[in-house]
Amino acid sequence: MTSAAPVAVQPVPRGGLGKLVGRRLVDWLPAAVVLVGGIAAWQGLVVALHVQQFLLPKPSSIATTFWNNRSELWHAGWFTFQEALGGFAIGSSLAILVALVLARWRPLSAALLPYAIAANAIPIIAFAPIANQWFAGGLTKSSKIFIAAVLCFFPVLVNTLRGLTSVRPQDLELMHSYAAGQVAIFRRVRIPTALPFIFSGLKVATVLAMIGAVVGEYFGGTQEQLGVLILDRTRIFQFPDAWAGIALACLLGIALYVAVSIAEWLALRWSPSTSA
Amino acid sequence: MSVVRIEGVSKRFGNVTALEDIDVSIAEGEFVSLIGPSGCGKSTLLRIIGDLIQPTDGNVVVNGKPARKARIDRDYGIVFQDPVLYDWRTVAKNVALPLEMARWSRQKRAARVREMLELVELTGFEDHRPWQLSGGMQQRVSIARALSFDPALLLMDEPFGALDEMTRERLNMEVLRIWEQSGSTIVFVTHSIAEAVFLSTRVVVMSARPGRITSVIPIDLPQPRTASTREEPRFFELVTQVREALHLGSDLDRTAPAPETQEATA
Repeated sequence: MTSAAPVAVQPVPRGGLGKLVGRRLVDWLPAAVVLVGGIAAWQGLVVALHVQQFLLPKPSSIATTFWNNRSELWHAGWFTFQEALGGFAIGSSLAILVALVLARWRPLSAALLPYAIAANAIPIIAFAPIANQWFAGGLTKSSKIFIAAVLCFFPVLVNTLRGLTSVRPQDLELMHSYAAGQVAIFRRVRIPTALPFIFSGLKVATVLAMIGAVVGEYFGGTQEQLGVLILDRTRIFQFPDAWAGIALACLLGIALYVAVSIAEWLALRWSPSTSA
Repeated sequence: MSVVRIEGVSKRFGNVTALEDIDVSIAEGEFVSLIGPSGCGKSTLLRIIGDLIQPTDGNVVVNGKPARKARIDRDYGIVFQDPVLYDWRTVAKNVALPLEMARWSRQKRAARVREMLELVELTGFEDHRPWQLSGGMQQRVSIARALSFDPALLLMDEPFGALDEMTRERLNMEVLRIWEQSGSTIVFVTHSIAEAVFLSTRVVVMSARPGRITSVIPIDLPQPRTASTREEPRFFELVTQVREALHLGSDLDRTAPAPETQEATA
């Protein structure tokens, strides 16, 4: 009896990331139109309504300033990006490790999870000035890495833990039928189940890492930091310069987010929602 | 020697008695179906054999050893109603899962996976993801996985309950073919009378509240069973016999006192 009729079967998704992006270029067209239209409207309205530069500069003057100051901006941006990246890496990996420990020993989780959730709800950024005092008066990268790491830690912890514990009971029952130990269950069931949750935590963390680094710098730092650059230029009324700094902070934040999204796509290619 | 020996097994969940005083012995090479209304504890009994649930009283011996030891020795394969395939693994890797757990070498695993997919006629689907297959194909992957490490005993918990009638009849034929080829012992939970009679060498009829065995009906239909088996007069006689046994059980059920939980909540 041959019953392997491949009628109800969809093709295996193939092709690299480039192909995926290519296929979706058309999907991105409406968003691109909104972006270009938005910038054009901004430019048009600022000119038409004679908006003062200190309130809102024209996009064209921000772009010109960005280009003229590119080496200074890039230097400051890279410095701040390193802080954000360091905080993101340290905070997220610690969070994943702690989540693994809490998921393995549930009484620990019961004792600590309420505080993790509460910590997730408090404005940790408010501690930035204190963090600057703890680490060399905020003159090195470490105080910003610290605040970014603390900001990243809680959302990644809470998401990872939720992922590790939302395993279907029948998935565990199958592993029990093989007399599987905890290590095998974590490696083969809990961690793969948690991956989509971990990535949504990491994506939140990328945004928080940039916020932590830039806002941390507002409370003190050296001239080579992006947050300090934005703050100083605002104080001396060089608003296009400040806006160029803000634009760079946005671009760096988006770059980090996109990098994590690509990693997510690579890691979750097995998932129906990613491949479809 | 019996592959499964169940002696005086009872199972209570709180003050609900799911199973009461069950005694069954299943010999090597038998195909035994457990049939009964929902709530009769047939799936619970299957899980007790597999040591996935512990009985409150009584004794379960699998392959001459306690059920727990048999589970640790990986003496049985299990197929659930849901295929329980891992989306993050390809079809081939799902089939290889128990072999990984038993630390087979990569080459041995690949060879066995090829063999098993051939057995369930899914050659060519190695690199597919489970969600890309139809329900019937997913269940065949699950059967291939359960058989991959040559277990002496195959436990099947309503494996075709969620499938349409045509797919179910086709997979019934496949299970019989696999049973003949592998020579394993099968315990099969179902709520379909026709399926139980068609597949089994023996049908164990259970009743609910509390779950008990009301009768054991030997199925003397000739082997091998074919599509025409379903049309033989003897097949219909046996179907009727099982149906009557089930009704007898449900009549007992109606006259039985209400379970204690209701008194507790009243």
